[in-house]
Amino acid sequence: MYRYRTAGDPGGSVSEVATGDELPPLRARVTRADLVRYAGASLDFNPIHYSDRIATEVGLPGVIAHGMLTMGLAGRVVSEWIGDAGRVLSCTSRFTRPVVVPDDDHGAVIEFSGTVTAVDDGVATVSITAKCEGKPVLGKARATVRVD
Amino acid sequence: MGLDQSLIGRSYPPSAVYEVSRAKIVEFADALGDVSPLSRDPEAAREAGYPDVIAPPTFLTIVNLGAIDALAADPELGLDYSRMVHGDQSFTHRRPVHAGDRLRVTTHVDDISSRAGNDFLTLRAEIHAEGGELVCTGTAQLVIRGEA
Repeated sequence: MYRYRTAGDPGGSVSEVATGDELPPLRARVTRADLVRYAGASLDFNPIHYSDRIATEVGLPGVIAHGMLTMGLAGRVVSEWIGDAGRVLSCTSRFTRPVVVPDDDHGAVIEFSGTVTAVDDGVATVSITAKCEGKPVLGKARATVRVD
Repeated sequence: MGLDQSLIGRSYPPSAVYEVSRAKIVEFADALGDVSPLSRDPEAAREAGYPDVIAPPTFLTIVNLGAIDALAADPELGLDYSRMVHGDQSFTHRRPVHAGDRLRVTTHVDDISSRAGNDFLTLRAEIHAEGGELVCTGTAQLVIRGEA
């Protein structure tokens, strides 16, 4: 899982951060096993994240990933880029589309990218996109990062 | 159907203390595939200027979930947990969370509205360290889907 980092040079000098900079993208594969692990780590034991029976009872196509898992991966894109999670001042996201995770060895693949949209007074604003099967799963995902 | 808008402004007493451990930070980082030494190696964290290992940016979802549970347990609010989904989430950090932090969350109902048969509740979770220092503010929109 999560081993598909494709590009990037984390650890560059933060003073050089500029509007328009692209963050190294992340391609994360999420399987049922990853959902179980995240449930235990986050203490979010909502059964829609492990039981197809309950997920379909509430109208979902099947088990879905925790929205906060997807947001956490987006946070990882930002903290790995800047090299220090303590520089992440805020993060925000809407959960616009569920990530359905089938019960097989392949799971679902979420592709993340990020762009610096502003740098002001030592704080960079980063806009993040997260897509699964080409469709956005997070809305208005942003983080602010201390870069001074 | 229809949450009582007179409950806007309601708040709940501070939670029990949640003590942040090194082990939980590593578990959470593992669940996101986050390998930063700042979350794993106390020496590396101290060299970066932190008192102990620091948490990934969305770690406080653990405490925030406690805030959501506080709302779900309020009979006057009458949230139907099975019809509730997470609409959005934000965290604004005053400082990074580190191992050894002893945190309490105070939960506030900032807004309730209704649109197209669904209810929307905005929850604010103020997360304080012992001594009262504000560490993080979490804001969540919960969507309670109307019965079809």
